[in-house]
Amino acid sequence: MQEPLPVTIAGADLPRSPRSCADLFWSFTWLALQGFGGVLAVVQRELVEKKRWLTREQFVEDWAVAQIMPGPNVVNLSLMIGSRHFGLRGALAALAGMLCAPLLVVLLLAVLYGQVADHPAAAGALRGMGAVAAGLVTATGIKLMAALGQNAMGLAICIALAALTFVAIALLHWPLIGVLAGIGGGACLWAYRVLGRETRA
Amino acid sequence: MSMAPTLANWIDLFIHFATLSLLAVGGAITTAPDMHRYLVTQQGWLSDAQFNASIALSQAAPGPNVLFVALVGWNLGLNAGGGPAAGWPAWGLALLGVGVTMVATLLPSSVLTYIATRWAQRNRELRAVRAFKTGMAPIVIALLVATGWLLSAAHDQPSRDWPLWLLTAVSTLLVWRTRIHLLWLLGAGALLGALGLA
Repeated sequence: MQEPLPVTIAGADLPRSPRSCADLFWSFTWLALQGFGGVLAVVQRELVEKKRWLTREQFVEDWAVAQIMPGPNVVNLSLMIGSRHFGLRGALAALAGMLCAPLLVVLLLAVLYGQVADHPAAAGALRGMGAVAAGLVTATGIKLMAALGQNAMGLAICIALAALTFVAIALLHWPLIGVLAGIGGGACLWAYRVLGRETRA
Repeated sequence: MSMAPTLANWIDLFIHFATLSLLAVGGAITTAPDMHRYLVTQQGWLSDAQFNASIALSQAAPGPNVLFVALVGWNLGLNAGGGPAAGWPAWGLALLGVGVTMVATLLPSSVLTYIATRWAQRNRELRAVRAFKTGMAPIVIALLVATGWLLSAAHDQPSRDWPLWLLTAVSTLLVWRTRIHLLWLLGAGALLGALGLA
Protein backbone atom coordinates (compact mmCIF):
# COMPACT_ATOMS: atom_id res chain seq x y z
CA MET A 1 0.00 0.00 0.00
CA GLN A 2 2.72 2.48 0.98
CA GLU A 3 4.18 3.79 -2.27
CA PRO A 4 7.59 5.44 -2.02
CA LEU A 5 7.33 9.21 -2.27
CA PRO A 6 8.34 10.53 -5.69
CA VAL A 7 11.84 11.95 -5.32
CA THR A 8 12.20 15.20 -7.22
CA ILE A 9 14.65 18.06 -7.36
CA ALA A 10 14.37 20.41 -4.38
CA GLY A 11 11.34 18.52 -3.06
CA ALA A 12 9.07 20.21 -5.59
CA ASP A 13 6.37 17.56 -5.14
CA LEU A 14 6.41 17.39 -1.36
CA PRO A 15 3.28 18.76 0.32
CA ARG A 16 3.57 22.17 1.95
CA SER A 17 1.54 23.74 4.76
CA PRO A 18 -0.39 26.96 5.32
CA ARG A 19 1.71 29.39 7.37
CA SER A 20 -0.99 30.55 9.80
CA CYS A 21 -4.72 30.81 10.38
CA ALA A 22 -4.65 34.14 8.52
CA ASP A 23 -3.02 32.39 5.57
CA LEU A 24 -5.85 29.82 5.67
CA PHE A 25 -8.51 32.54 5.89
CA TRP A 26 -7.20 34.57 2.94
CA SER A 27 -6.44 31.52 0.80
CA PHE A 28 -9.98 30.25 1.23
CA THR A 29 -11.45 33.73 0.69
CA TRP A 30 -9.50 34.06 -2.57
CA LEU A 31 -10.53 30.67 -3.88
CA ALA A 32 -14.17 31.05 -2.84
CA LEU A 33 -14.39 34.34 -4.74
CA GLN A 34 -13.18 32.58 -7.90
CA GLY A 35 -15.72 29.80 -7.55
CA PHE A 36 -18.52 30.65 -9.91
CA GLY A 37 -20.94 27.72 -10.13
CA GLY A 38 -19.18 25.80 -7.37
CA VAL A 39 -15.83 26.06 -5.62
CA LEU A 40 -14.46 22.53 -5.99
CA ALA A 41 -12.57 23.05 -9.28
CA VAL A 42 -10.85 26.09 -7.76
CA VAL A 43 -9.96 24.23 -4.56
CA GLN A 44 -8.26 21.55 -6.64
CA ARG A 45 -6.39 24.09 -8.77
CA GLU A 46 -5.27 26.35 -5.88
CA LEU A 47 -4.60 23.90 -3.05
CA VAL A 48 -3.31 20.89 -4.99
CA GLU A 49 -1.60 22.38 -8.03
CA LYS A 50 -0.46 25.80 -6.83
CA LYS A 51 -0.06 25.80 -3.04
CA ARG A 52 0.48 21.99 -2.75
CA TRP A 53 -1.13 21.77 0.68
CA LEU A 54 -2.53 18.40 -0.47
CA THR A 55 -1.45 15.74 -2.93
CA ARG A 56 -3.92 14.64 -5.60
CA GLU A 57 -4.50 11.40 -3.69
CA GLN A 58 -5.10 13.18 -0.36
CA PHE A 59 -7.49 15.53 -2.10
CA VAL A 60 -9.56 12.65 -3.49
CA GLU A 61 -9.66 10.98 -0.06
CA ASP A 62 -10.70 14.19 1.70
CA TRP A 63 -13.28 14.90 -0.94
CA ALA A 64 -14.80 11.44 -0.45
CA VAL A 65 -15.17 12.12 3.28
CA ALA A 66 -16.51 15.66 2.71
CA GLN A 67 -19.09 14.23 0.33
CA ILE A 68 -20.33 11.46 2.59
CA MET A 69 -20.75 13.71 5.64
CA PRO A 70 -23.92 15.81 5.82
CA GLY A 71 -23.60 19.49 5.01
CA PRO A 72 -22.20 21.48 2.10
CA ASN A 73 -19.27 19.56 0.58
CA VAL A 74 -16.80 22.42 0.14
CA VAL A 75 -17.64 23.72 3.62
CA ASN A 76 -16.83 20.29 5.03
CA LEU A 77 -13.63 20.20 2.98
CA SER A 78 -12.49 23.59 4.30
CA LEU A 79 -13.20 22.45 7.89
CA MET A 80 -11.12 19.30 7.35
CA ILE A 81 -8.14 21.06 5.77
CA GLY A 82 -8.17 23.84 8.36
CA SER A 83 -8.43 21.49 11.33
CA ARG A 84 -5.60 19.28 10.07
CA HIS A 85 -3.14 22.17 10.26
CA PHE A 86 -4.35 24.34 13.15
CA GLY A 87 -7.07 22.36 14.96
CA LEU A 88 -10.36 24.07 15.77
CA ARG A 89 -8.91 27.55 15.11
CA GLY A 90 -7.78 26.46 11.66
CA ALA A 91 -11.18 24.91 10.90
CA LEU A 92 -12.96 28.13 11.85
CA ALA A 93 -10.49 30.29 9.89
CA ALA A 94 -10.93 28.20 6.73
CA LEU A 95 -14.71 28.12 7.17
CA ALA A 96 -14.90 31.89 7.69
CA GLY A 97 -12.73 32.45 4.61
CA MET A 98 -14.95 30.20 2.54
CA LEU A 99 -18.16 31.99 3.57
CA CYS A 100 -17.67 35.64 4.61
CA ALA A 101 -16.71 37.44 1.41
CA PRO A 102 -18.98 35.37 -0.87
CA LEU A 103 -21.88 36.00 1.55
CA LEU A 104 -21.39 39.76 1.21
CA VAL A 105 -21.21 39.46 -2.58
CA VAL A 106 -24.37 37.37 -2.84
CA LEU A 107 -26.34 39.74 -0.56
CA LEU A 108 -25.19 42.69 -2.65
CA LEU A 109 -26.35 40.81 -5.75
CA ALA A 110 -29.72 40.19 -4.12
CA VAL A 111 -30.15 43.92 -3.50
CA LEU A 112 -29.19 44.76 -7.09
CA TYR A 113 -31.13 41.84 -8.60
CA GLY A 114 -34.26 43.79 -9.53
CA GLN A 115 -32.33 46.12 -11.83
CA VAL A 116 -30.18 43.67 -13.81
CA ALA A 117 -32.23 40.47 -13.98
CA ASP A 118 -34.31 41.54 -17.00
CA HIS A 119 -31.33 42.66 -19.08
CA PRO A 120 -30.63 40.10 -21.89
CA ALA A 121 -26.86 40.73 -21.77
CA ALA A 122 -26.80 39.94 -18.03
CA ALA A 123 -28.74 36.73 -18.59
CA GLY A 124 -26.40 35.83 -21.48
CA ALA A 125 -23.31 36.46 -19.37
CA LEU A 126 -24.68 34.16 -16.66
CA ARG A 127 -25.30 31.42 -19.23
CA GLY A 128 -21.80 31.78 -20.64
CA MET A 129 -20.25 31.56 -17.18
CA GLY A 130 -22.41 28.56 -16.41
CA ALA A 131 -21.12 26.74 -19.51
CA VAL A 132 -17.50 27.45 -18.50
CA ALA A 133 -18.26 26.28 -14.94
CA ALA A 134 -19.53 22.96 -16.32
CA GLY A 135 -16.20 22.57 -18.13
CA LEU A 136 -14.23 23.35 -14.95
CA VAL A 137 -15.98 20.61 -13.00
CA THR A 138 -15.57 18.04 -15.78
CA ALA A 139 -11.86 18.83 -16.21
CA THR A 140 -11.30 18.54 -12.45
CA GLY A 141 -12.80 15.05 -12.52
CA ILE A 142 -10.63 14.06 -15.52
CA LYS A 143 -7.45 15.34 -13.84
CA LEU A 144 -8.19 13.50 -10.60
CA MET A 145 -8.56 10.20 -12.49
CA ALA A 146 -4.76 10.00 -12.48
CA ALA A 147 -5.01 9.45 -8.70
CA LEU A 148 -6.76 6.13 -9.36
CA GLY A 149 -3.50 4.64 -10.69
CA GLN A 150 -2.34 4.23 -7.09
CA ASN A 151 -5.62 2.79 -5.84
CA ALA A 152 -5.28 -0.58 -4.07
CA MET A 153 -8.32 -2.00 -5.88
CA GLY A 154 -6.53 -1.80 -9.24
CA LEU A 155 -7.24 0.41 -12.22
CA ALA A 156 -9.72 -1.90 -13.98
CA ILE A 157 -12.05 -2.14 -10.97
CA CYS A 158 -11.78 1.63 -10.43
CA ILE A 159 -12.76 2.38 -14.02
CA ALA A 160 -15.71 -0.01 -13.81
CA LEU A 161 -16.94 1.60 -10.55
CA ALA A 162 -16.52 5.11 -11.96
CA ALA A 163 -18.39 4.18 -15.15
CA LEU A 164 -21.25 2.64 -13.15
CA THR A 165 -21.50 5.76 -10.99
CA PHE A 166 -21.49 8.08 -13.99
CA VAL A 167 -24.27 6.13 -15.72
CA ALA A 168 -26.37 5.96 -12.53
CA ILE A 169 -26.14 9.69 -11.81
CA ALA A 170 -25.79 11.39 -15.19
CA LEU A 171 -27.92 9.14 -17.41
CA LEU A 172 -30.34 7.32 -15.08
CA HIS A 173 -30.75 10.22 -12.59
CA TRP A 174 -30.69 7.96 -9.55
CA PRO A 175 -30.75 9.73 -6.17
CA LEU A 176 -27.26 10.41 -4.85
CA ILE A 177 -27.85 8.78 -1.47
CA GLY A 178 -28.78 5.48 -3.14
CA VAL A 179 -25.70 5.57 -5.38
CA LEU A 180 -23.38 6.33 -2.45
CA ALA A 181 -24.93 3.57 -0.33
CA GLY A 182 -25.18 0.99 -3.13
CA ILE A 183 -22.16 1.41 -5.43
CA GLY A 184 -20.09 3.20 -2.77
CA GLY A 185 -20.90 0.68 -0.05
CA GLY A 186 -20.02 -2.22 -2.36
CA ALA A 187 -16.75 -0.54 -3.34
CA CYS A 188 -15.79 -0.01 0.32
CA LEU A 189 -16.46 -3.68 1.14
CA TRP A 190 -14.36 -4.76 -1.84
CA ALA A 191 -11.55 -2.39 -0.79
CA TYR A 192 -11.73 -3.83 2.74
CA ARG A 193 -11.15 -7.32 1.32
CA VAL A 194 -8.31 -6.19 -0.93
CA LEU A 195 -6.56 -4.32 1.88
CA GLY A 196 -6.87 -7.35 4.18
CA ARG A 197 -5.30 -9.62 1.54
CA GLU A 198 -2.38 -7.18 1.24
CA THR A 199 -1.58 -7.17 4.96
CA ARG A 200 -1.56 -10.97 5.03
CA ALA A 201 0.66 -11.23 1.96
CA MET B 1 -47.49 35.89 2.00
CA SER B 2 -45.26 36.54 4.99
CA MET B 3 -44.29 35.13 8.33
CA ALA B 4 -45.21 37.10 11.42
CA PRO B 5 -41.95 38.24 13.05
CA THR B 6 -42.59 36.28 16.23
CA LEU B 7 -40.03 34.38 18.25
CA ALA B 8 -41.94 31.12 17.82
CA ASN B 9 -41.72 31.44 14.02
CA TRP B 10 -37.98 32.01 14.11
CA ILE B 11 -37.48 29.02 16.41
CA ASP B 12 -39.57 26.83 14.10
CA LEU B 13 -37.44 28.00 11.20
CA PHE B 14 -34.20 27.29 13.07
CA ILE B 15 -35.27 23.79 14.07
CA HIS B 16 -36.44 22.92 10.57
CA PHE B 17 -33.19 24.07 8.94
CA ALA B 18 -31.05 22.42 11.62
CA THR B 19 -32.81 19.11 10.93
CA LEU B 20 -32.25 19.47 7.20
CA SER B 21 -28.57 20.18 7.90
CA LEU B 22 -28.06 16.64 9.19
CA LEU B 23 -29.91 15.17 6.21
CA ALA B 24 -27.90 17.10 3.61
CA VAL B 25 -25.73 14.22 2.42
CA GLY B 26 -24.44 15.12 -1.04
CA GLY B 27 -24.54 18.87 -0.56
CA ALA B 28 -26.82 21.66 0.59
CA ILE B 29 -28.65 21.86 -2.72
CA THR B 30 -30.13 18.40 -2.10
CA THR B 31 -32.28 19.92 0.66
CA ALA B 32 -33.80 22.55 -1.65
CA PRO B 33 -36.93 20.51 -2.52
CA ASP B 34 -37.83 20.09 1.15
CA MET B 35 -37.10 23.75 1.95
CA HIS B 36 -39.46 24.68 -0.87
CA ARG B 37 -42.16 22.38 0.53
CA TYR B 38 -41.81 23.85 4.04
CA LEU B 39 -41.39 27.56 3.25
CA VAL B 40 -43.53 28.02 0.14
CA THR B 41 -46.19 25.33 0.20
CA GLN B 42 -46.73 24.66 3.90
CA GLN B 43 -46.01 27.95 5.68
CA GLY B 44 -46.47 30.41 2.83
CA TRP B 45 -43.59 32.55 4.10
CA LEU B 46 -41.94 32.89 0.70
CA SER B 47 -43.28 33.14 -2.85
CA ASP B 48 -42.34 30.62 -5.51
CA ALA B 49 -40.57 33.37 -7.51
CA GLN B 50 -38.53 34.45 -4.46
CA PHE B 51 -37.43 30.88 -3.81
CA ASN B 52 -36.35 30.28 -7.41
CA ALA B 53 -34.56 33.64 -7.61
CA SER B 54 -32.63 32.76 -4.44
CA ILE B 55 -31.28 29.60 -6.08
CA ALA B 56 -30.52 31.23 -9.44
CA LEU B 57 -28.70 34.18 -7.86
CA SER B 58 -26.55 32.00 -5.62
CA GLN B 59 -25.54 29.88 -8.62
CA ALA B 60 -24.48 33.00 -10.49
CA ALA B 61 -22.48 34.42 -7.58
CA PRO B 62 -19.04 33.15 -6.58
CA GLY B 63 -18.72 30.94 -3.53
CA PRO B 64 -20.25 27.73 -2.22
CA ASN B 65 -23.74 26.83 -3.44
CA VAL B 66 -24.96 26.73 0.18
CA LEU B 67 -25.28 30.53 0.00
CA PHE B 68 -28.72 30.05 -1.54
CA VAL B 69 -29.80 29.35 2.04
CA ALA B 70 -28.61 32.83 3.04
CA LEU B 71 -30.71 34.37 0.25
CA VAL B 72 -33.75 32.35 1.33
CA GLY B 73 -33.23 33.71 4.88
CA TRP B 74 -32.75 37.22 3.50
CA ASN B 75 -36.07 37.10 1.61
CA LEU B 76 -37.89 35.57 4.59
CA GLY B 77 -36.69 38.43 6.80
CA LEU B 78 -37.59 41.07 4.22
CA ASN B 79 -41.09 39.60 3.92
CA ALA B 80 -41.47 39.48 7.71
CA GLY B 81 -40.52 43.14 7.91
CA GLY B 82 -43.01 44.20 5.26
CA GLY B 83 -40.75 44.22 2.17
CA PRO B 84 -37.95 46.57 1.05
CA ALA B 85 -40.35 49.54 1.07
CA ALA B 86 -40.62 49.27 4.88
CA GLY B 87 -37.04 50.50 5.22
CA TRP B 88 -34.52 49.73 7.94
CA PRO B 89 -36.66 47.43 10.15
CA ALA B 90 -37.13 45.14 7.13
CA TRP B 91 -33.39 45.16 6.30
CA GLY B 92 -32.66 44.34 9.95
CA LEU B 93 -35.01 41.37 9.88
CA ALA B 94 -33.48 40.30 6.57
CA LEU B 95 -30.07 40.14 8.22
CA LEU B 96 -31.57 38.21 11.14
CA GLY B 97 -33.02 35.81 8.56
CA VAL B 98 -29.57 35.29 7.04
CA GLY B 99 -28.09 34.63 10.50
CA VAL B 100 -30.78 32.18 11.61
CA THR B 101 -30.89 30.14 8.39
CA MET B 102 -27.11 30.00 7.89
CA VAL B 103 -26.28 29.05 11.49
CA ALA B 104 -29.02 26.41 11.52
CA THR B 105 -27.81 24.99 8.20
CA LEU B 106 -24.10 24.95 9.01
CA LEU B 107 -23.80 24.27 12.75
CA PRO B 108 -25.10 20.68 13.12
CA SER B 109 -23.39 19.29 10.00
CA SER B 110 -20.12 21.12 10.70
CA VAL B 111 -19.89 19.89 14.30
CA LEU B 112 -20.55 16.34 13.14
CA THR B 113 -18.01 16.58 10.29
CA TYR B 114 -15.38 18.12 12.57
CA ILE B 115 -15.68 15.37 15.19
CA ALA B 116 -15.90 12.53 12.66
CA THR B 117 -12.93 13.66 10.57
CA ARG B 118 -10.75 14.24 13.66
CA TRP B 119 -11.53 10.66 14.62
CA ALA B 120 -10.76 9.39 11.11
CA GLN B 121 -7.51 11.37 11.06
CA ARG B 122 -6.35 9.78 14.35
CA ASN B 123 -7.37 6.32 13.09
CA ARG B 124 -6.20 6.69 9.50
CA GLU B 125 -4.24 3.43 9.62
CA LEU B 126 -7.38 1.49 10.55
CA ARG B 127 -8.33 -0.97 7.80
CA ALA B 128 -11.95 0.28 7.75
CA VAL B 129 -10.88 3.91 7.33
CA ARG B 130 -8.46 3.03 4.53
CA ALA B 131 -11.09 0.83 2.87
CA PHE B 132 -13.58 3.68 2.93
CA LYS B 133 -11.18 6.12 1.29
CA THR B 134 -9.93 3.56 -1.25
CA GLY B 135 -13.42 2.40 -2.17
CA MET B 136 -14.97 5.85 -2.46
CA ALA B 137 -12.22 7.39 -4.62
CA PRO B 138 -13.51 6.20 -8.03
CA ILE B 139 -17.09 7.02 -7.01
CA VAL B 140 -16.44 10.66 -6.11
CA ILE B 141 -14.32 11.24 -9.21
CA ALA B 142 -17.15 9.92 -11.37
CA LEU B 143 -19.58 12.19 -9.49
CA LEU B 144 -17.56 15.21 -10.60
CA VAL B 145 -17.67 14.23 -14.24
CA ALA B 146 -21.40 13.48 -13.87
CA THR B 147 -21.99 16.93 -12.35
CA GLY B 148 -20.33 18.60 -15.34
CA TRP B 149 -22.46 16.44 -17.62
CA LEU B 150 -25.69 17.38 -15.81
CA LEU B 151 -24.86 21.10 -15.88
CA SER B 152 -24.45 20.90 -19.66
CA ALA B 153 -27.46 18.64 -20.18
CA ALA B 154 -29.72 21.33 -18.69
CA HIS B 155 -29.31 22.98 -22.10
CA ASP B 156 -30.92 20.28 -24.22
CA GLN B 157 -31.64 21.76 -27.67
CA PRO B 158 -28.73 21.02 -30.01
CA SER B 159 -29.68 23.59 -32.67
CA ARG B 160 -29.79 26.43 -30.12
CA ASP B 161 -27.38 25.24 -27.45
CA TRP B 162 -24.41 23.99 -29.48
CA PRO B 163 -22.35 27.15 -28.80
CA LEU B 164 -22.76 26.56 -25.04
CA TRP B 165 -21.66 22.92 -25.42
CA LEU B 166 -18.67 24.01 -27.49
CA LEU B 167 -17.76 26.53 -24.77
CA THR B 168 -18.00 23.80 -22.13
CA ALA B 169 -15.88 21.41 -24.20
CA VAL B 170 -13.20 24.04 -24.89
CA SER B 171 -12.99 25.09 -21.24
CA THR B 172 -12.77 21.42 -20.19
CA LEU B 173 -9.78 20.98 -22.52
CA LEU B 174 -8.11 24.21 -21.40
CA VAL B 175 -8.45 23.45 -17.67
CA TRP B 176 -7.29 19.88 -18.20
CA ARG B 177 -4.28 20.54 -20.44
CA THR B 178 -3.12 24.07 -19.54
CA ARG B 179 -2.48 26.16 -16.41
CA ILE B 180 -4.52 29.15 -17.60
CA HIS B 181 -6.12 31.08 -14.72
CA LEU B 182 -9.75 30.08 -14.15
CA LEU B 183 -10.89 33.70 -13.91
CA TRP B 184 -9.83 34.35 -17.52
CA LEU B 185 -12.02 31.48 -18.66
CA LEU B 186 -15.01 32.66 -16.63
CA GLY B 187 -14.53 36.20 -17.90
CA ALA B 188 -14.38 34.97 -21.49
CA GLY B 189 -17.54 32.94 -20.94
CA ALA B 190 -19.34 35.97 -19.49
CA LEU B 191 -18.23 38.17 -22.40
CA LEU B 192 -19.25 35.63 -25.08
CA GLY B 193 -22.60 35.18 -23.33
CA ALA B 194 -23.23 38.91 -22.96
CA LEU B 195 -22.51 39.44 -26.68
CA GLY B 196 -25.04 36.73 -27.51
CA LEU B 197 -22.41 34.39 -28.96
CA ALA B 198 -23.00 31.55 -26.49
